[in-house]
Amino acid sequence: MSVLVRVDDRLVHGQVVVGWGRALKLRTIVLVDDAIAASTWEQDLYRMGIPHEMTVEFASVSAAPARFADWEADGDHVMVLVGDVATLVRLCAAAPVTRVNLGGVHQGPGRAQHLPYVFLSDDEAAQLRALADRGVVITAQDVPTTRPVPLREVLR
Amino acid sequence: MSEGLRGVVVSHAGLAEAFVSAVERITGRRDGLTAVSNEGCGRELLERRVAEAVGDAPAVVFVDLPSGSCLQASAHYLQTHENVAVVAGVNLAMLVDFLYHRDVSPREAAERAAATAARTVRVLTR
Repeated sequence: MSVLVRVDDRLVHGQVVVGWGRALKLRTIVLVDDAIAASTWEQDLYRMGIPHEMTVEFASVSAAPARFADWEADGDHVMVLVGDVATLVRLCAAAPVTRVNLGGVHQGPGRAQHLPYVFLSDDEAAQLRALADRGVVITAQDVPTTRPVPLREVLR
Repeated sequence: MSEGLRGVVVSHAGLAEAFVSAVERITGRRDGLTAVSNEGCGRELLERRVAEAVGDAPAVVFVDLPSGSCLQASAHYLQTHENVAVVAGVNLAMLVDFLYHRDVSPREAAERAAATAARTVRVLTR
């Protein structure tokens, strides 16, 4: 199965490591984030949240496409995390992303609530619609035990 | 009960408020402690909540887990504020002890809290 890309502004946290980590038997968590990729202090902070049985990889958006084939090869057990819709759109423009999980996009300027954990601006909603129109499967689901909500239902 | 440092408890869901309520039940006071929940927060909003709770005074931030969004928000605050220390793995014993020992530096209070936790986690068997 192709690698799952999760949009979550908290990046590495309990829902990802414990909830999804156990359900998907994750072996690798990848953070695609330009600021974190450039900061060893930030990377050390996020490493603290990674269990011993998992590895974490950090990549900038520009470096991620070159690594994507490797992540795809272990797709069932890899989760790629991005912190916002803008980063997702940049990643999708350069890498063959086919599955997206909206896991946590919280309150922010100009955003409206769609689900308890999904707040989107009109521009972000339009960008997600455009990705879906290009064939990317996008669902919202904070933890594996809840129902995946299709994007069209999220934006209804 | 000594005055001085502020304590801010940062947690998932309602745990921080429950901790502060429990401290109040035990000591009769809660004026040295503030609870912050990560409920409904992304990184920026949680960092803002932590910053508002700490204010400008010297403080110790008590975080529920040694990883995750609560620690990340608190650690980011620590990066830009010298008068703050962060303790991950909060428990009730360290909070009660903290209320009575707030006339030290944030680092000393944080180290005392960690020592209190180590001393008060016990295993009992038959």
